[in-house]
Amino acid sequence: MSLSIPARDWFKPPAGAEKLWIGLALLWCFVMSLMMPYWHFRGKQNSRGEAYAVAPVTFLERTERFAAANKVGERNGVPIAEPAPGGDAYLLGRMWSWYPILKLRQGETYRIHLSALDLQHGFSLQPLNMNFQVLPGYDHVLTLTPTSKGEYTIVCNEFCGIGHDKMFGKIIVE
Amino acid sequence: MSSTLTVPIPASPEPAAPAASRKCDTTGLNVCLGAERFIQFNAVAAVVFLLVGGIAAILLALTRWQAVHLLPVDWFYRVLTLHGVNMLLFWILFFEVAVLYFTCTVPLNARLFSRKIAWASFAQMLIGALMVNGIILKGQADVLLTSYLPLVAHPAFYLGIILVATGTLTAVYNFFATLYVARRDRTFEGSMPLVTFGATAAAIIAVVTLLHGAIVMIPTFSYAMGWTAQPDPMWYRMIWWGLGHQSQQVNVCAMVSVWYLIGQLTTGAKPVNETVCRTAFLLYILFINLASAHHLLVDPAVGSAWKIWNTSYAMYLAVLASMIHGFTVPASVELAMREKGHAKGLFGWVTHLPWKNPAFSGALLSLLIFGFIGGITGVTLGTQQINIIAHNTLRITGHFHATVVGGTSLAFMALTYYVIPLIFRRDFIWRSAARAQPWMFGIGILFVSLGMSFAGSLGVPRRIYDIDHSGAFGAAAHLMLGVMGIGALLAVTGLFLFVILCVGTLLFGERNHGRAMADWGVAQALPGSREGSLAEDHWAVKGTIALTAVFLACFAVYYFANWKALADVWPVR
Ligand code: HEM
Ligand SMILES: [Cu+2]
Ligand SMILES: [Cu+2]
Repeated sequence: MSLSIPARDWFKPPAGAEKLWIGLALLWCFVMSLMMPYWHFRGKQNSRGEAYAVAPVTFLERTERFAAANKVGERNGVPIAEPAPGGDAYLLGRMWSWYPILKLRQGETYRIHLSALDLQHGFSLQPLNMNFQVLPGYDHVLTLTPTSKGEYTIVCNEFCGIGHDKMFGKIIVE
Repeated sequence: MSSTLTVPIPASPEPAAPAASRKCDTTGLNVCLGAERFIQFNAVAAVVFLLVGGIAAILLALTRWQAVHLLPVDWFYRVLTLHGVNMLLFWILFFEVAVLYFTCTVPLNARLFSRKIAWASFAQMLIGALMVNGIILKGQADVLLTSYLPLVAHPAFYLGIILVATGTLTAVYNFFATLYVARRDRTFEGSMPLVTFGATAAAIIAVVTLLHGAIVMIPTFSYAMGWTAQPDPMWYRMIWWGLGHQSQQVNVCAMVSVWYLIGQLTTGAKPVNETVCRTAFLLYILFINLASAHHLLVDPAVGSAWKIWNTSYAMYLAVLASMIHGFTVPASVELAMREKGHAKGLFGWVTHLPWKNPAFSGALLSLLIFGFIGGITGVTLGTQQINIIAHNTLRITGHFHATVVGGTSLAFMALTYYVIPLIFRRDFIWRSAARAQPWMFGIGILFVSLGMSFAGSLGVPRRIYDIDHSGAFGAAAHLMLGVMGIGALLAVTGLFLFVILCVGTLLFGERNHGRAMADWGVAQALPGSREGSLAEDHWAVKGTIALTAVFLACFAVYYFANWKALADVWPVR
């Protein structure tokens, strides 16, 4: 009984069905723990957490320089920046917008630098549903290859104050 | 307050206490009166905070359900903060302290080590909780449960949480001191019972957890006071989740102990193999401590190797533990039923289970919801790469409403159907409503969890006031939020009913002093059956074998379906 003192000789190895289940469960745990290293080497979607320390003001400067140098248009006053294929792009989260709008080419790979100016924000690319954490002080680099065309919305999915639900950005893939 | 933590264990528990225990009229066990008093205090406080959290819950659900969209935006985040802390911290912790006091005294025939320490614990926790709730309602702590830096709340928020944590640690100290004295005075012979063993595992993890809480909250409090610089936000996340995630393992240990306990009370089940059950608890202690990684899988500055190693819990050995309990609990019940003579076919015994006993139905639903929904989603979402398509979406909230709500909270509610008659010594009022309550809460939470999970799969974020401005979410997402909303109405009705039943019984329930508690109904043995008759048949539990086979199949399908979904998004490194 679970509420009473067990008999003195309670120490017994598992047997029968219980032993089989422990074996199966252990096997399944093996499979699951091997899947992650497997995907790390063979899979295409990984979060390596590549990051560099950066002061928010420095990141703001870099982003503004990037936006000015690569500007190809403007929408509602927000610059649209198109980085060179294989090049670096900067995306800044702040209360409450993502800056600038990025224009990318299908099938090209970019290094996207993500950081925040004030609070933590959540980079959530919809409707693809890819999500990464964005922290002030950390330049979080995603090496990203858009494989489908269209206009994607970045919503913020880390609580960042009262305007959190109105914090959007855009990635345009052509 | 902290001085209580360093009191050396004195020679005798407390001088000249008056009548220290009574004999339980139902079970014949000795009940330590000191423990009884503090089980009562903590359980009552738990239920009050559950009510606060429940009121918050319905306000939230009716706001996230876009068709209703009840609260204004500032109150949404305020109430979200309120809900998180009242439910996950206060309801759960107060109840767990009650469970600790019970498991270290009654099953061991022991006395609570110290009432003074129990008072010190209760006072700290209560003052802390009131401080936190006060400052949240004043609108000076709209930082949500996690209070991620650089968000800052009024210092009272952190101080309150620190007090709740030290209060809980004080109770844990009392628990260990009671165990020590019981062992020293030989109030029992041999190994401690399984529920006490499980509670001990919970208490050990709680110490580690609460220390993380202290490490992260004290500098944050100091920062909020303006004394020191702001701690690093990434450091904060890592240590905070050492508190936030590991405390969930405390909940799992407590919940599993409750499953075993209710299994025995309602069907006479006993562990098929004590060694296996105990080893599984041991695995929780050994392999849980790095699980904070779960929450950092798409964070910057923590590398793949660290993420993979830590999220696999050193090869998922804590998951293994849960899978073992998921087998041994139903197996013990099935074996008890078969020994009672209900042996027809695979599932013949199921119809003879005490379905009308709310403790039984609550524990059963808890096991199923925790295992099939909470467990499977948890391991999958906590897989390093799969987290990319789940992080901070409502999938996460859907997952933990199946673990800590449908699992732990429902198990605690189920246990209450015995706690009140046995510890408060009053029989429940309105017994027909009590029999329905676990079903309402359980089924409601099932829909809450599924609605959230599917909405999250469509990308809907958690912790967000409105999803319409973005234009990113369509009719399917709204439908799923509606499913969540309707589930929430049912679940919250079940929650309020639970509170009404508890309070009503404490006020108006008939006293059962001098007689056994009114029976909820337990599994009956057929004539000619014999307890222990299947002790040597290691394949008798055919129903459980079938159930766990189905479980493993569901698990594998869900797990690989998520890898497939991940493979469909853009390549990213
Ligand atoms: C009546 C049952 C309940 C309902 C209908 C309910 C509903 C909700 C809803 C709608 C949210 C907000 C989701 C969001 O916008 O992110 C939420 C969050 C949450 N709930 Fe519940 N809940 C219930 C019970 C509980 C219980 C019993 C617990 C804990 C033991 C709990 C723990 C939490 C936590 C930790 C959060 C997250 C808070 C945050 O994001 O900071 N809930 N719940
Ligand atoms: Cu944001
Ligand atoms: Cu936000």
